[in-house]
Amino acid sequence: MAVKLPIYLDNNATTRCDERVVETMLPYFTGKFGNAASRNHQFGWEAEEAVDIAREQAAALIGAGPKEIIWTSGSTESNNLAIKGAARMYAKEGAQRGHIVTVSIEHKAVLDPCKRLQTEGFDVTYLDPGPDGVITAAMVEEALREDTLLVTIMWANNEIGTVNEIREIGALCKERGILFHTDATQWVGKMPTDVEKDNIDLLSWSGHKIYGPKGVGALYVRRRKPRVRLEPIFDGGGHERGMRSGTINVTGVVGFGKACDICRNEMAEEGRRLRTLRDKLESDITGQLDGVEINGHKDKRLPNTSNISFAWVEGESLLMGMKEVAVSSGSACTSASLEPSYVLKNLGVGDELAHSSIRFGLGRWTTEEEIDYVVDKIVHSVRHLRKMSPLYEMHQEGIDLSTVEWAHH
Amino acid sequence: MAYSDKVIDHYENPRNVGSFDKNDPQIGTGVVGAPECGDVMKLQIQVDEAGRITDAKFKTFGCGSAIASSSLATEWLKGKTLDEAEDIKNTAIVQELSLPPVKIHCSVLAEDAIKAAINDYRTKSNAGETEAARAEA
Repeated sequence: MAVKLPIYLDNNATTRCDERVVETMLPYFTGKFGNAASRNHQFGWEAEEAVDIAREQAAALIGAGPKEIIWTSGSTESNNLAIKGAARMYAKEGAQRGHIVTVSIEHKAVLDPCKRLQTEGFDVTYLDPGPDGVITAAMVEEALREDTLLVTIMWANNEIGTVNEIREIGALCKERGILFHTDATQWVGKMPTDVEKDNIDLLSWSGHKIYGPKGVGALYVRRRKPRVRLEPIFDGGGHERGMRSGTINVTGVVGFGKACDICRNEMAEEGRRLRTLRDKLESDITGQLDGVEINGHKDKRLPNTSNISFAWVEGESLLMGMKEVAVSSGSACTSASLEPSYVLKNLGVGDELAHSSIRFGLGRWTTEEEIDYVVDKIVHSVRHLRKMSPLYEMHQEGIDLSTVEWAHH
Repeated sequence: MAYSDKVIDHYENPRNVGSFDKNDPQIGTGVVGAPECGDVMKLQIQVDEAGRITDAKFKTFGCGSAIASSSLATEWLKGKTLDEAEDIKNTAIVQELSLPPVKIHCSVLAEDAIKAAINDYRTKSNAGETEAARAEA
């Protein structure tokens, strides 16, 4: 069967909206266009009811109560609100405002708010993962201090898909009375989540990563044991329990809720299917090419993600050879900075392998035929590029590349 | 980012890929760049007794623009004297391949590789002449 091109394998960046989600949203653009905050007429009631249903759907996906869901514009906003909101609310008096623990391979939407808080007098510890990319509870425990007020650690990494010891880290924080936030953008909707059992106080996720619309996200804020309070970032109107002012994006929220509902019902089956396809992708590639490295822990990993380094070829040129396949390169060569991925660098993956890495993000509509096509393209491109790679030639001559003195440019 | 047709052509059909024996006195070899920076270019020239480049080969680890820049350089080098080859400017490569600003460094690297190959050839042939002179004496 001929595959339809181009093939989308960048589902960690964003996902296509599910048709069922779009269908659910449509009436709220036109007939049911009301403002959910309009309490005194039919239009407002309809909108509010739709938002309430979505809140229940979102809460059900993570084992929370509907009142614990705060609507936002996406994970970046959720992370900002959780991290800055909690730090500023629970800050100590004086110059030393408190300590925060996070990880060096978090998304920028966590790292940048932490950096901002450093300028406000907070002290931040950035943990480095081991070579497998996983953050353990033991690593976190070692970093905790008397004045630690917040731990923020992603559930699963966006580039390599590795999964951290969230439940154990949550238990540790709970025991010490420290707030625990997790950026669960890549995890929620793919894997079962229970904020009670997993000991989470604050959790961010986004609509467009779970086959919902862009521009809508949620923040779970624990209401009991403890009741978490956040200093808002926006002022005006006091919507969302005063934590996030602004008219609710009703259409977006309705779509978000539906997307959560579909994930809750289908994720077990979908996860199994994607894991099989992902494993096939990896075994078919490693079966045909030498010098291939799969980055991150092999098992403690999301079922849809694969990050592979192809030794002796450069990532951008590899992407050029498979232009009908949408994937992401670990190298940001196009940005003129020539900086390889900081995630791979912090894992201790050598710079040259970080430049040669590709992230595959499988999704709801990925087929086996597509995987076969992609494997063929990659194997062909890697061979084509190795034929013209001076590094491959040196490797074949038995030269250890790490001992070569390069003429640095 | 969209690549120009010429870059795509060089990427898909690279000219003069390969290697000469770098110990051959007729061959000049230039290797520039570093793997951790994302590009390494190896450019080799074969020079006749009259100082004219009779053949050129390259191998490149790098993005499509780096591959195209070195592939194009080998085409341009053939038939040129060493002095003419030394005058090849990166800006000419940029123009020929329509490289965007973020890819100018690829052309700079190709110019550096040309210069390094010429230097290597000259160093070797000077050393060879000194040796020959010593043998005659």
